[in-house]
Formats: sequence, structure tokens, C-alpha cells
Amino acid sequence: MPFIANSDADRAAMLAAIGVKSAEELFLDVPAAKRYPELGLPKGISELEVLREVDAMAAKNVAANACAWFMGAGAYNHFIPALVPALATRGEFLSAYTPYQPEVSQGTLQAIFEYQSMAAALFGVDTVNASHYDGATALAEAVLMAYNHAGGAKKRVMIPAALHPEYKEVLKTYFTAFDVSFEEWSGEPKAAAAEADASVACFVTAYPDFEGRVADLSGVADAVHAAGALFIVHTDPIMLGLLKSPGELGADLVTAEGQALGNAMNYGGPFLGMMGATQKFVRKMPGRIVGQAADHEGRRGFVLTLSAREQHIRREKAVSNICSNQGLVMLMATIYLEALGKQGLKAVAKLCWDKAHYAAEVLGKVPGFAVAPGTFFKEFVLKTPLPAEEIAAKLARRCVVAGLPLSRYYPARTHELLVCVTEMNTKAQIELLASSLAEVTR
Amino acid sequence: MNMVPESLAYELSRPGRVGVALPASDVPETAVPTGLLRDELALPELDELTVVRHFTRLSQKNFSIDTQYYPLGSCTMKYNPKANDRAALNPNWSNCHPLVGDEFSQGALELMWRLQEGLKATGGFAGVSLQPAAGAQGELAGVLMIHNYHVARGDKKRTKMLIPDSAHGTNPATCTMVGMEVATIPSDAQGGVDMDALKAALDDTVAGIMITNPSTLGLFERNIEEIAKLVHAAGGLVYGDGANMNAIAGVVRPVDLGVDVMHYNLHKTFSTPHGGGGPGVGMVGAAPILVDFLPGPIAVKKGEKYASAMPPKSIGRLKAFYGNFAVLIRAYTYLRMLGGDGLRRMAENAVINANYLKVLVEKAYKVKYPRRCMHEFVAMGDVAEGVRTLDIAKRLIDYGYHPPTIYFPLIVPEALMIEPTETESKETLDAFAEVMLKIAEEAKTRPELLREAPHNTPVGRLDEVAAARCPILCYRG
Amino acid sequence: MNIDKNARYNVSHEWARKDGDAVVTGISDHAQHALGDIVYVELPAVGKALKKGETFGVVESVKAASDMYMPMSGTVTAVNDALSADPALVNREPYAGGWMIKYTPSNPAEWDQLLDPAAYEAQAAKE
Repeated sequence: MPFIANSDADRAAMLAAIGVKSAEELFLDVPAAKRYPELGLPKGISELEVLREVDAMAAKNVAANACAWFMGAGAYNHFIPALVPALATRGEFLSAYTPYQPEVSQGTLQAIFEYQSMAAALFGVDTVNASHYDGATALAEAVLMAYNHAGGAKKRVMIPAALHPEYKEVLKTYFTAFDVSFEEWSGEPKAAAAEADASVACFVTAYPDFEGRVADLSGVADAVHAAGALFIVHTDPIMLGLLKSPGELGADLVTAEGQALGNAMNYGGPFLGMMGATQKFVRKMPGRIVGQAADHEGRRGFVLTLSAREQHIRREKAVSNICSNQGLVMLMATIYLEALGKQGLKAVAKLCWDKAHYAAEVLGKVPGFAVAPGTFFKEFVLKTPLPAEEIAAKLARRCVVAGLPLSRYYPARTHELLVCVTEMNTKAQIELLASSLAEVTR
Repeated sequence: MNMVPESLAYELSRPGRVGVALPASDVPETAVPTGLLRDELALPELDELTVVRHFTRLSQKNFSIDTQYYPLGSCTMKYNPKANDRAALNPNWSNCHPLVGDEFSQGALELMWRLQEGLKATGGFAGVSLQPAAGAQGELAGVLMIHNYHVARGDKKRTKMLIPDSAHGTNPATCTMVGMEVATIPSDAQGGVDMDALKAALDDTVAGIMITNPSTLGLFERNIEEIAKLVHAAGGLVYGDGANMNAIAGVVRPVDLGVDVMHYNLHKTFSTPHGGGGPGVGMVGAAPILVDFLPGPIAVKKGEKYASAMPPKSIGRLKAFYGNFAVLIRAYTYLRMLGGDGLRRMAENAVINANYLKVLVEKAYKVKYPRRCMHEFVAMGDVAEGVRTLDIAKRLIDYGYHPPTIYFPLIVPEALMIEPTETESKETLDAFAEVMLKIAEEAKTRPELLREAPHNTPVGRLDEVAAARCPILCYRG
Repeated sequence: MNIDKNARYNVSHEWARKDGDAVVTGISDHAQHALGDIVYVELPAVGKALKKGETFGVVESVKAASDMYMPMSGTVTAVNDALSADPALVNREPYAGGWMIKYTPSNPAEWDQLLDPAAYEAQAAKE
């Protein structure tokens, strides 16, 4: 019996101590007619057999390590330095519990404090929580914060048309029971923000947006605040190694998907919801937060704090029902950020910028293809002469994953491909992409 | 344990250092518009060896399942098999992109489908969604499903959820997120739902009941079938909080007892790692009445091929993409190693271990509900004047044990909730019980040992009041 | 437990004391003792109109948070700013320096519905 140390003799002794003859006697409270159903599950197999089975399934996917990879759209192929998984998968981190007993959890707690500090610096805000499930849910809870901040009186939420379509769905799910209308704005953010009024709870912008574009956000915060609304910016943490932080641009709440920081794509999860806020909103932020503290000898330590906001204390009055955080994923991001540091993160961001812009130039020259206009960071939309789905499928069979056909989310946009270029792509791969595109559309 | 104070990364930082060598750019440079560039980036600068030592030393300040016995009630701190991690860390999984298309991710969809089928079988569910990222998100899914079910029937009056007073705080907090009010049902003297109070509370404004079985007191709800019948008769549905599934997996199927929708915590019952606080998975399973409302997308099988689909009346998406897939790989691996037979043995051993430990601990501690427990039991720490459960918990640390869950559930004063799990050996339980008894003695003869505990950890009890009054949540240089 | 003889009380442990035409409110010694070290007090905005029984704020300790309810209906004219820097004032001086809000009552008759000091003392002793 795997993972159970006790032998039949041990069990017999224990049953005797309890005062019963068999394990069945311990389940007498379970209705007799329903006890021990036939589950229809196969018998357990050995570690050797299950690994063979699971490895075989793994081999049936087209993965980024086997192809020239140009797909992003919310899950990114970035470099993960070897020390990240090596350190994070240490048993003392991997099999530790939530740090409710701080004296025996200083490893986890200090790592969270360091994460909060670095993420706050990256975002340009005062505080960041110990993480949310992913970028989409972090954004949903930020919008919930804005809604609750206005006491539920402001029922309009302005979101960018160019927000990740799956994020829009998550927002709607989270607001199922609330009478709120989500209004999509497009064009220049400043002009859109000027349309906000006293019935708007928050103005959300994506920086960069789903199509990779980086807008000029100067003046947006002023317009949003003049209307009495909150300014929420959803961003890319790699990009913030290079470009101005949302905090500098006047954001009240900042969210991001942190997967790109040292975590693999893993078919979409687990990811890392990053959420930060200015001082004013600290006590209204959901999720765990770690603070610095001292013991009676004056030794510095770290502890979960501001717990009175959370579900285990406030129950139905809690700001959110969230209990766990993405602990291990957050730890990997922390190790990644410390290993790269100030210079390294900027270098990664610059590599993405340079390679994406080089790719845009090269791909734009392939007959029939054109790059959508606008400033971009690491993703851009490529207009295609033939349906993008068709092109992408042909190239995938050659181990070149060209990007995400936008028709996946927007059926009418059949001739557009969202291309992502990161520090993982070489010049040779970019040129291979260009020549492959040319070949299949000749 | 590493007792040496560890500096913060910012304090170890030295200008000019980088811990990762990146390749030089092989493409021409493109200038970044100066208006967009940030001036300052306050991140630490460390070399690789410093980073490695820093995190290695930090890890040595943690208790973990790999190093200590962790009898945390309701958390199911069982051994996390290394095979799970080995299965998940295969680069063919980690490099999978969720949007590459069904045709190119057949392996991933197959694994999800197989896990769905396996979990369906354990619960008697008509369908299952693996998307919720945590137990709390699983609860959100379940309550949203009940909410949408009533709205679809045209019944907008049902805005109330019944919740026992022993429930975990996430239950009422979830109801608030779905715009529902909570009516709390008291527990009776035996620790079950007070049936008279339940009957009095049932009317046509009740959407359903959220019930944890086995309960947070570690007891099997004897009236579960009657409770389900009553709620159904009143037009409501039954939500099952499956946090304590470790006691009954393979022994009984929740749907057979009348549960309409339920979440499991895969990071509890199915051994996926706790990771210092996450990530988890809060799989949600449904009986036929609610199966169409499950969150999605879920994996489906069409002939020999696999695909993803949204259930016809789905509550929608709870997060981007499919869910915490790398955690699902681990749960699948574990379920395959256990098999149907192994699940029942898992539950039986968990319940035997808990009952055995209860008999030993009862010698010095009052156990709130003395009848047979399931996989956990609640003792009370009021063994001596001037000594609280908190002090007993901290003294256990001196003996090398992670404390049990304390002060939960709220309805038991000075609660100590102990859950051994099936992966602990008899000798571990014997040693732990001996220490518990010793501490009970110390509480009477040398209480200061408890009140000043822990004595041999990197920090002692921290001043949480000061930390909350003047929060320092970031390094400020 | 200390009782302020000049105040009247809510069953939920808030006190109210007349100050000219206005009323001042805070939480009782019994309440602060039950909560333990107070770490934060959330107070309403000046100008907010609240009804008797409505929540006017939240008082937090490390392990608990409690809503505070208006003993009488009124419009808030002042809040105790000292509490943001020193929430422990509520522990040290629940009836004096730890006052929370001052308001103009809109229905002065509600004063009579509150518990007098003796009745409150008896009530609190039962808990």
C-alpha cells in the first residue's frame, strides 16, 4: 500500500486500543445502504507504470521546447534560469503549509515580504499582496474593490475592448450577482477616460493591451479621478523592467499576470495573480499580506498581518473569500526577480523589445503581410493574406508556432495573427518564421 | 533549524551584480521612445551564489511535511509523493501552451479527461470541472451554480444560504460574493446540525445549504440524508464542502447522500503540495441537476479524440485557460497510484490514525465530542489555569512538531484540531501523544515554559499588534 | 468593567453621551477588553447620515473585527482623528480619548430607548 507506513500488526494494535475489531466499525455513522460503493476505478499501479503512462501523454502535445515559438496571448515563453526550480522545489518550501505559525515559517514569510517589496517597486505602488490566483482573477477582484469602494452606488465599469477576451469572461462571472454594466472603450485612453462620470466605479486599461499595444497613459489618471472613479491598470511585469510603472502614471490599483517571472506555461496554470494598491486601499485589498514584526528580544521577523480583512475572521463581511495564495508560483517569481535583479530584468525586457521590433520589420516585408500600427512591447498583430488559422496550422506541422489567430476569439478577424517574440527567440527562428510564412502563402 | 538571522535580498544587494547571464542580442537595436522609459527600478542586485545561499538558508527556517509531523486539522498534511513532482516537471508538460489548439494538445486534454472521470467516480458526480484554482474558488463555483439554477427557473426569491455555525469562514464569505445573505444554523450538543433549527429556517427564500461532511469538528453528519431531503423538499439545493474528503473517499459517495454540488481540495485529499500557501485546485463536481452549470471549459472525449467545451448553462469562466494544470498532473498521478482500492484504504487508515491518537490524547485533554471521530478530532487546550491553547501550540514547536490547527472551529473554545492523516506511522503518533501529555503536565507545574515558547526557533513570538498597527509591508531601504 | 455614568448604552456595547446638542459615541470598556489590543478603527466620513442600528464603522484587533452600530440616528459632524495614529486610545480610554464619532441626532427621542448605566452593567455581566 503506497505511502502508508503502518503494517497490519500496527493497525491491529491500534484498533485494539480504540476498542473496535475492524476499521468498518469506525464508519457506522455512514448510512449502511450507501457504504462501500463500487467506484468502478482501476486498481492502483506502481510509480514506474504511472510515470510511463503520464510521460506518454506528455509526448502527445506540441510544446515550446520542440518548436520555434511565437505564441503569447496571456501565457508566455520566457527563460527560466535553472536556479529557480532548483531552489523552489526544495522540500522545505514545497511541502510547507501556509505560514500561520510564524516562528516556524520564516523562510516562506521572508520570501513573501521580499516578493511584496519587489512587486511594489515594479508596479510603483505602496503595497502588493501575497498573490491572487492569476491575472484575470486579480483584475476581477480589483474591480470588485472599486465597486465596494463606492458602496455599490456606481454601477458602470469601463474596460478596454482590447483586454484579453478570457479576462472579460472572468470579470462577468465574478459580477454575476451584481448589477453592474461593463462598457468597452477603444481608441486613445485619455479620450475614453474623459467620458467617465460619477456613475463609473473604475476605468480599467491594459498596459500593454491584448494586441500588444502600449498606449500613452499620461493624463488618464487625472481624467478618471476628476470623475470620482478609480484608475486600474493591468500590466506585464517583464515590460515594467523597461517602461514607466503604472504607479508613476497615477494608477490606484495595479494588477498583472506574473507567470512570465520564472514560471513555466504549464498549459495555463498555475499562474500568478499580482495585485498592488496605493496606501489608501491597503486595508481593502483581498488576499494574504505579510508584514515586518519584532519578537520580545527585538529580532526582526515576518508575519501574516492585516488578517482582519480576511474570510477566517470577517466571514460574510470579508472583502473576498480568498484563502490560499499561489505560494509556490510566487516563490519562483521571487527567486527569478532576485536572480535577474535591476539590470537583468531590464536586459530581458530590452531583448524582448528589440527582437519583437526586428521581427515586425522582417515579417512586414513578407509579401501580403503587414504589421498593425501602434507602439508595442513584445506582441503585435500581423495582418495575413490568407486566413491566419490556415497559415498557423500549416506552420505548426513544421514545428513553427506562428502566433495566435485572432479568429480564435473574434470570428470575424480571420486574417490577423497575434505574434509574440521574447528573449527565447533567436534571429534564425525569426527568419525561419518569415521564410515559412512566405512559403505557405506563395 | 537555521537560527541565524537572514538579511533581506535588498540588504545583500551590491551595485552592478546580476545573478543570470543572458545572451547578447543577435538582432539590431530599436530605440525605445524616451517618454516611455522608466527612470528607476528599485530591485536588488545579487550574484547567483548569493541567491542560492539566501533561499537555501531561508528554506532551513521552515517546518515542512518533509521534515516535521504536521497534525493540522482540516488541512490534510499528508506526504506529497515525489512521483507527483517528477510527473509534472516533464518539460513536455511545462512547455505546453494553453492556446495551441485542441489538435496539438491531445495529451493535456486526455490527462484532464481521465482525471475528471476518476474524480467523478469517487463522488458519484455526473460531471466535474477542474478549473477552480482553490477550495474557495470551488465554493464560488458551487454557490454561483446554485444561484444560476434558481434564476434559470425564474425564481429570484431564493437569496439566502443556510450555513452551520461550525463552517469554515470561506463559506459565508463566498455567499457575499454571490450577493446572498447567510442564515447561520447552530450545532446541537452532539456536534451535528441542529435539526429543529434547520426546519425552522427552511422556507422559499432559501437557495440551499452549505454543509461540510465530515464536519469541521471531525464528525460524520449522521443526519445528512435527512438534511438533504428537507432542503430539497423546501426547493433548495445542497452544497458539499469537501475539505474533509480524506475521511470518506472510497467509503461513500457524496452524491449518494444527497449532495448536488461539491468541491474537493486536491491539495488536501489528493496530496498535491501545499507550497507554502498554494497553488491548490478546488475541483467542483455536480449531480445531474447542476451538471450543465459547471464552470468551464472542461475536457470532453469525442470518439478517440479529446477536446474542450463549455457546459451548456455554464456559470462561465473562473480564471483564464483551463485551471492549475501542473497541479492536476500531480493529482492524476496520485489517483492512479492509489486506484479505487487505495482510496478506501487511505480513508480507513486516516480514520484509524485519528481515533487511535484521540484515545491517547484524551488521557490529558478533554475532547469536545467524545464519540468516534473521522479523520480528525477537536481537543481543548484549557488544561491548566493561565495556560491557553496558543501556549500549548507554541510549546509543541520546542519538541519539533508543527502545532495543530488552533481556535477553529469557532464554536469550540480553546480548540486544538488534530488530523494525523494516513501517511503517519504508529510510532510518530505515539511519540506525539507522549509529548502532548508531557506538555499538559508542564502546563500545571511549569506554565512559564509554555507561555514563553517557542524557545529554539529563529524568532520568538512576534508582536503582531504592533505589526498590524503600523504595517511595514515592503522594504523601505 | 468601567461604566461611564453620564452615558447610555446599546446592547451591542456602544455608548452615547450628550454634548450640548450633539451626541458622542464610542465603545464600552467591556467591548475593548473583549477585543484585546486594537490595531485599527475604521470611521465614517464627516457629513454621513446614518440611522439607528446602522454600521458606522469597524474596530479591528489582530484576530477579530467588529462592526459598530449607531445608538441613535444622526449626521456625523466629527470623527476622532487621533485614532489613526494611536488606535490603542480606545483600549486605554474608551470613554474619553477613545471617543469615535460626534453627530447631530435626527431623532432625540431615541435616547430613551438606550440602556441606562445600571441596565447596561447588568446586561454586560451576563455575557
